[in-house]
Amino acid sequence: MQDSGEPDQNSSSPSSVPERVLVVGASSGIGASLVRQLAQEGCQVAALARREDRLAELAEGAPPGSVHVYPHDVMDAGDVPALLERIVKDLGGLDTLCYVAGVMPMVGPQEYDHDQDRTMVRVNLLGGMAWCAEVARLFLSERRGTIVGVSSVAGERGRRMNPAYHASKAGFTTYLESLRNRLEGHGVRVVTILPGMVSTDMTAGIDKLVWPITPEQAAKTMISTWRGSFWSTRYMPLRWCLVMRVIREIPSRIFRHLNI
Amino acid sequence: MGQDIGRVGIERVEGWGMSVGSTARIVRPRDLDQLRGALEEARRAGVSLAPRGTGCSYGDASTTRDGWALDMTRMNRLLDFDASTGDAELEGGASIRQLWRKALPLGYWPKVVSGTMFPTMGGAAAMNIHGKNNFKVGTFGDNLLEIDLLLGNGDLVTCSREQNAELFHGAIGGFGMLGIITRAKTRTTKVYSGDVRVRGISCHDLGEMMDAMQELVGEADYLVGWIDTFGSGSAGGRGLIHDARYLLDGEDSDPDKTLSLKHQDLPDAVMGVPKAEIWRVLRMFNHDPGMRLVNAIKQVSGRMEAMSGWHRQSHAGFNFLLDYVPDWKYAYARRAGDGLLQYQAFLPADTARDGFLALLAEGQSSGHTPYLGVLKRHRPDPFLMTHALDGWSMAMDLKVTAKNRAHLMETCARFSKICLAAGGRFYFAKDQVISPDVARASFGSERIAAFHELKAHADPDGLFSTDLWRRVFEEDPARTSHGPWPR
Ligand SMILES: Cc1cc2nc3c(=O)[nH]c(=O)nc-3n(C[C@H](O)[C@H](O)[C@H](O)COP(=O)(O)OP(=O)(O)OC[C@H]3O[C@@H](n4cnc5c(N)ncnc54)[C@H](O)[C@@H]3O)c2cc1C
Ligand SMILES: NC(=O)c1ccc[n+]([C@@H]2O[C@H](COP(=O)([O-])OP(=O)(O)OC[C@H]3O[C@@H](n4cnc5c(N)ncnc54)[C@H](OP(=O)(O)O)[C@@H]3O)[C@@H](O)[C@H]2O)c1
Repeated sequence: MQDSGEPDQNSSSPSSVPERVLVVGASSGIGASLVRQLAQEGCQVAALARREDRLAELAEGAPPGSVHVYPHDVMDAGDVPALLERIVKDLGGLDTLCYVAGVMPMVGPQEYDHDQDRTMVRVNLLGGMAWCAEVARLFLSERRGTIVGVSSVAGERGRRMNPAYHASKAGFTTYLESLRNRLEGHGVRVVTILPGMVSTDMTAGIDKLVWPITPEQAAKTMISTWRGSFWSTRYMPLRWCLVMRVIREIPSRIFRHLNI
Repeated sequence: MGQDIGRVGIERVEGWGMSVGSTARIVRPRDLDQLRGALEEARRAGVSLAPRGTGCSYGDASTTRDGWALDMTRMNRLLDFDASTGDAELEGGASIRQLWRKALPLGYWPKVVSGTMFPTMGGAAAMNIHGKNNFKVGTFGDNLLEIDLLLGNGDLVTCSREQNAELFHGAIGGFGMLGIITRAKTRTTKVYSGDVRVRGISCHDLGEMMDAMQELVGEADYLVGWIDTFGSGSAGGRGLIHDARYLLDGEDSDPDKTLSLKHQDLPDAVMGVPKAEIWRVLRMFNHDPGMRLVNAIKQVSGRMEAMSGWHRQSHAGFNFLLDYVPDWKYAYARRAGDGLLQYQAFLPADTARDGFLALLAEGQSSGHTPYLGVLKRHRPDPFLMTHALDGWSMAMDLKVTAKNRAHLMETCARFSKICLAAGGRFYFAKDQVISPDVARASFGSERIAAFHELKAHADPDGLFSTDLWRRVFEEDPARTSHGPWPR
């Protein structure tokens, strides 16, 4: 028979084929741990970030051929379509997108710096939107796939600390929820990850971390979360779920006087 | 990307039945400049372009394994509607839905529509689609006044019966292989109500159904037969005819109301189930025993409908019955590669009945009983690669799974033998199975050679190509093949 008699050609994989994961923000912290664990398991991983040397190290330390490295600055959103095309070709398809990239510069109590704020929005929010949208169209066309976005408990309330960071994470959390509502009826899973505090470069300057977890723990929890079907929004560690439920209810006029 | 060619992305580009497709780059120009840019860019990259509308063709007519898909749906402006004549001008990516929603409040309805309202002007013209009124008004192409065609060399030519007539008759029904249809001008029908009168006629077998439909050909505006595909022996091809008529001037006491869009809108829920979720209910019946039951229930309710006589239904409700249930195809499958295919056989009047019965029996005995069977009456038209003929068509929806696929393909090959023996034709909007030999036997080598000649003139470098073209027609696949990509 003709073409149609041959097995169908698409980027979806039967469950026996190793998962193909794209990690944006893979050069350090949670992203790097994800890449290491996934590669160890035999997954095909595309690792993206700006620091090429870090990515190269990751690839060297992983089973040969498992980690594919792509230098990329998420502020160049225009590069996303072509890069995704290249990655899908290299990995032979895509099962999961993991958007981990984020920046959180320390902001002084008297500091108001629009350039710095804009960078946070571009990396934490706009970059995530660029990647999620592009991958959403691919996954929607295949009626499958998983999109995982790392936001933060910091998006739940506007604290004093870092207005732009809180706003960018609130925006990303809401964006992911919308995406989930659009896509879940079409076979695409969208998972929001809300870490509390993870001991990485990002938090190295903070004196006292509350309930810190290691990036390895964070990565492990994330992987089992997106592979399962129970959580679509996952706090890490879980107790943040309860804590944030209370904190969200505090009226603004009181919240502003509390140092939390 | 060297120049602005519109939005570019990577997606699974599949046939509507989901059982054929591949991951491909898809380019979405918004205007003529971007479209020209896309042609140039593809030429530079040495890849072919597969013209694509909404992707409502069931099979591989607008998919591509080794080139880019050219999605025309963003070039979707309604350019003009002349309320005095009903003539409409639309861009190639504008949909039938856009057309009827513009036309109806002004008292017009499209001459020819498909069972779904989402196809584009370009896709409808390139496949030369037909409606349930084919016997009366002809094909989509019969009602086109002119088209603009962007050829492979970048020339934009206007084609009509008077101007570039050869291209006009080749491009309509030419499955996108001669050029991109960027504009279409079509006639519409004057209507005096937003409703049609409909009645059901229940039939015990296929012969009875065809005789009854034939008798109505002079009177009815629309005729369609729903066949219980599980019927066999003396009940082979039993089913229900829908006979629909336009209302005459004055017959509708409140035309302003029925012509309004609100009156046409399909309900949000069917028997309490929200529309978007109905496919999940249908999925529970999507196997042989379930579909036997569904078809049997339809047969019984059809008899009741037949006894109740004439009733009124909106144009949209009557014509776009299949759009009532969004994503109903998911009842067949959601995993890409599984799904359904449609086999629509076109047979001349004198061989049709026996041919269709043979097809139904072949399907049943080989374990591929169609889940839906639809009968229509047709008439010939003047287009080069047309499927239209003085006769009948029967469309059969067949379930495709990874497991039954190879066997189903063999069964379809036997369907084609039956059709050829009956002097039949094939329709590429529904096809994903026929081989070059079958096509040659059906069209005749001369017709195919004439089409190749037209293509050599309109698209000398073979810039336009689809999986369908490569599967059935391309003489020298090496010329445009760049190897399958990506795996
Ligand atoms: C539920 C359902 C019911 C249907 N009922 C009917 C029916 O009753 N009667 C009927 O005849 N058909 C029917 N069809 C089939 C459908 O009408 C045709 O497949 C139609 O061609 C789809 O148009 P499209 O815009 O989706 O184009 P596509 O399916 O994307 O493409 C169709 C062909 O047109 C070419 N093409 C698309 N756009 C252009 C362009 N701008 N310029 C040049 N070439 C182009 C493509 O290369 C391809 O060969 C039905 C389909 C469905 C899903
Ligand atoms: N650590 C925490 O306590 C904590 C808590 C809640 C949420 N989070 C979130 O978790 C995510 C990961 O943080 P982390 O703790 O692992 O921090 P990290 O070690 O600093 O990692 C951040 C990652 O983002 C990448 N990145 C930053 N800017 C980028 C850009 N412009 N383009 C591409 N990649 C960029 C970095 O790569 P390059 O610098 O090489 O480009 C790096 O790989 C972030 O979104 C963060 O907001 C962290």
